[in-house]
Amino acid sequence: MDVLHHIFVDPFVQMAQAPDLLVQTLWEGLVGGILYALIALGFVLIFKASGVFNFAQGIMVVFAALTLVGLHEKGVPAYLALALTILVMFGLAFSVERLMLRPLVNQPDIILFMATFGLTYFLIGLGELIFGGEPKVMIASELGLPKGSIDLNMLGGFISLQKIDIAATIIASVMVVSLAVFFQKTRIGRALRAVADSHKAALSVGISLEQIWVIVWFTAGIVALATGIMWGARSEVSFALQIIALKALPVLILGGFTSIPGAIVGGLIIGIGEKLGEFYWGPLLGSGIESWLAYFIALLFLLFRPQGLFGERIIERI
Amino acid sequence: MFYREAGQYKTSYAADQATFPILQDRIGIGIILFVAAVIIPLFGNDFLLQAVMTPFLVFALATIGLNLLTGYTGLLSLGTGAFMGVGAYACYKLTTIFPDVNIIVWIVCSGFFSAAVGVLFGLPSLRIKGFYLAVATLAAQFFLSWCFIRVPWLYNYNVSGAIEVPQRSLFGIPVTGPNSAPVTRYLIVLTIVVVMTWLASNLIRGRIGRMWMAVRDMDIAAELIGIRLLNTKLLAFAVSSFYCGVAGAMMVFLWYGGAEADVFSINQSFTILFMVIIGGLGSLVGSFFGAALIYILPIILRFVPAELGVPLNAATVEHLTFIIVGALIIVFLIVEPHGLARLWQIAKQKLRVWPFPY
Amino acid sequence: MQKKHLVLGAAFAALIGGVFVPPPAQAQDTIYIPLFTYRTGPFAGSGIPIANGMADYLNMLNERDGGIGGVKLQVEECETGYDTKKGVECYESVKSKKPVVINPYSTGITLQLIPKAAVDKIPVLSMAYGLSASADGTNFPWVFNPPVTYWDGASVFVKYAAQKEGGFDKLKGKKLGLVHLDAPYGKEPIPLLEALAKEYGFELKLYPVPASEMQNQSSLWLNVRRDRPDWIYLQGWGAMNPTAVKEAAKINFPMDRLIGVWWSGGDDDARPAGDGAKGYSSLDFHAVGTDFPVIKDIQKYVVDKGKSQVQKEKVGENLYNRGVYNSMLVAEAIRTAQQLTGKKVVTGEDVRRGLEQLNITEDRLKEMGAAGFAAPVRTSCTDHNGHHKVFMATWDGTKWVKSSDWMEPIKDKVRPLIESAAKTYVESNAGWPKRTEPCDKSS
Repeated sequence: MDVLHHIFVDPFVQMAQAPDLLVQTLWEGLVGGILYALIALGFVLIFKASGVFNFAQGIMVVFAALTLVGLHEKGVPAYLALALTILVMFGLAFSVERLMLRPLVNQPDIILFMATFGLTYFLIGLGELIFGGEPKVMIASELGLPKGSIDLNMLGGFISLQKIDIAATIIASVMVVSLAVFFQKTRIGRALRAVADSHKAALSVGISLEQIWVIVWFTAGIVALATGIMWGARSEVSFALQIIALKALPVLILGGFTSIPGAIVGGLIIGIGEKLGEFYWGPLLGSGIESWLAYFIALLFLLFRPQGLFGERIIERI
Repeated sequence: MFYREAGQYKTSYAADQATFPILQDRIGIGIILFVAAVIIPLFGNDFLLQAVMTPFLVFALATIGLNLLTGYTGLLSLGTGAFMGVGAYACYKLTTIFPDVNIIVWIVCSGFFSAAVGVLFGLPSLRIKGFYLAVATLAAQFFLSWCFIRVPWLYNYNVSGAIEVPQRSLFGIPVTGPNSAPVTRYLIVLTIVVVMTWLASNLIRGRIGRMWMAVRDMDIAAELIGIRLLNTKLLAFAVSSFYCGVAGAMMVFLWYGGAEADVFSINQSFTILFMVIIGGLGSLVGSFFGAALIYILPIILRFVPAELGVPLNAATVEHLTFIIVGALIIVFLIVEPHGLARLWQIAKQKLRVWPFPY
Repeated sequence: MQKKHLVLGAAFAALIGGVFVPPPAQAQDTIYIPLFTYRTGPFAGSGIPIANGMADYLNMLNERDGGIGGVKLQVEECETGYDTKKGVECYESVKSKKPVVINPYSTGITLQLIPKAAVDKIPVLSMAYGLSASADGTNFPWVFNPPVTYWDGASVFVKYAAQKEGGFDKLKGKKLGLVHLDAPYGKEPIPLLEALAKEYGFELKLYPVPASEMQNQSSLWLNVRRDRPDWIYLQGWGAMNPTAVKEAAKINFPMDRLIGVWWSGGDDDARPAGDGAKGYSSLDFHAVGTDFPVIKDIQKYVVDKGKSQVQKEKVGENLYNRGVYNSMLVAEAIRTAQQLTGKKVVTGEDVRRGLEQLNITEDRLKEMGAAGFAAPVRTSCTDHNGHHKVFMATWDGTKWVKSSDWMEPIKDKVRPLIESAAKTYVESNAGWPKRTEPCDKSS
């Protein structure tokens, strides 16, 4: 009985007693969720257009952030470094398409998945070789990102909102909206959706697959850069950051591999769910359950909707 | 020319169903076993035995385990590391609770524990498949890793939080613990791996293996011809986890001699998946090739520059190793997506018709 | 197609057939010291400065004095990436070159090597890390962890908190938190803190950080905010430290009540939080900065000649100096071994005796050009650690500064715990060898 009480009553009592902490937890979950969603978005973009489950998204986040900071350390002004990093990400997308995707066309999914593993190793080695393995401080203030926090005294306590988190939320939302517009309204966006529906049909109406692939990998690279800046500003830029990318995987299965709104909603559910779980129920198990909680939340959803929340219904025929 | 089965007549069903029906294969396997069991222990130094061959065999067994699941049944799993961990921790618990039972028995028995855990985490495979399943098995990976750290009972409340391998002997010769000779440990690993590979090869040639492959090729069609998906998939999870569990127990008891939970992290799972795919999905011999390539290649890359006297510092070598391994994986996949096993087949075909092109 | 396959096949065959040439035999007139380092991987941030410091001091000895006692040192790095698997590989590969001492630089690798040390006759020096219990020389004759154990560190933390609160009796009813990496390393101080909590009546709160969540700690710090502990001890490593310091600043945790273990005191740990980390303290057992003749010598003989991988401005940082300190212990052990045996080229067995008879006095420190750099170190046959004094270093926004006197650990609480832990270790490892190594008369 005591156990049940701890599970079903105590956490809610706590929520009611300290609403400021509840709001703070929700806020942290929201910010974390948005950042997860951003990583997941990178996965979704590539999976939709080329069917590749891009494991290298995590290292792309690190690589982009590292390039940015590394260039700045070598004396390049912050905004120029940002532009150069974007250029580097384009170069990466281009070479990935040329050297990896094109020769691997028409291979089973799992082979492409493995190839992105190879890419991960390659980028780890390259990044460390060029920029060294030391952690670096993100050049947040040089890029004009705000510092400090806003402390609100309310609900019988205080709620502290980091300005960088607010900026992250805004930038992420802008990116998502502009991506949605890009997909819905532009010519390239339509081509992307056509490719996602059927490679062959898209080819037959004259859409260049190669071009589309470069574009999606480039877009994923930019999303990675944004994620890297945000997460780097929250802690630091180091190779440990790529572990965070694994958190995008439960978001993906929750939201569906092919759905952009799925990535966003999934990210928020996972972000808020794991923070609430860790904060209110974690102490029962001795804390630290965050590492697997997200997967269990996703698994639970999956048992009811095997294709994810927004995934395309799987129709199987013989 | 060299590899020709012409003229080798089979006069009984038993002969026709032998594991190696062709004489040349039997000779070849004999030579390999002879080298592995006699030449290497006699002439290899400790480094070769302890840091190259033993780990290679342990990884080969784990790769076979994952290959049974992914290559033969078509279920992608990223929880291999955790299943190996279950084997290792089970073996540790068993041998500390019943210290008098022979350690080899416990190493093999620990496989049953990881099989049980594997079945539990294999349950979602009935509803979901493909990458969705892969991510679902990650739940097993992270949850079990957390258990290895958080359930002190598993490591007997050791202050250090790690498991240490006590000394155990077989016929008076120490086989585990620091006093055991690398040769002894190597030979035990070799024996277990050879026996289990032989079992696996028979398993996949029989009814069960065919059921697995039917499920892999199309599970709905398999269901229509009367294969029970539930039993088949769970059996695949059980057998695969059994192999991984034994590999994990061997890894700690016969190779590391002690381990912390970190050893069975997600990276371990990825490494083994590499081995499966580079070696060739659905091939036992490929599992050995894959384990050899992925495990031994970095070692060569690390130690060769030093041997040749190339002045590179350790960190640069490590970075270059990452770059080269990464690039090689991509190159291999481009050149031969079916893995090293396919290369082996091509080589055999070449040998068969040599010196004529057709 | 055919050619491609042939080439691939040949490459693969060459690979499989690649015979391992045993490493060439060691030249007889050098002392071989392998350094296990990790300049790659998620913990590289902490590993790089340490590796630089260790290598630079030994190289300086070679350049300045021609080695130790006239014998050149052969220093070789082996990259572990903080990965136990690679560490064991490194160990196997250096074993045949007759190393005189092994510095594993990872708790995981140390745990693997502890049982092997006695068999292979290679002493293991896990300087202020590894298994606390291995300070017991009676049961672990081949393992050394001077100058302090994690348990000493945690006891100094409690002592410091008591001092600031106004005495040990004031600790009653207070809450002390431990933010730790959820791995054996991070959990190490728990038994001692639990024992002290019982003794002094404070409440111990644990906040584990899973390795995969090192850079994602916001919910943990919310827990801290809810529990409002009075003091926090940080046992973190790598990317976990800067994130923890940043998050602590975020929830307005008073920085002067956040104390890190010595491995949480890297410059890169505090720098990302900048001003926010001002007042954050970490334990330390050696000084920072370059104002010591020994560091000047390193700059003169090694760094300025371009023989080091270190960035010039990072010489003298906290973790760099820790690497230097580690190498000082190694060098002194070798010197002591030379004195004990009268041999020039010493072996692992000799260096074990040297480590056991280590006695670095104030005078000796002065001779080494390190007066004030560290406290004197002394070990004995039973005590492989010494439980030496530590002090607090506080981050002033740009660098670490010494902010307290040298403080003695609560040795009478730590030592019994060490001995009982060593006993349990030996009991659970049936067949653990009894100490047979004779004890040298202390000189």
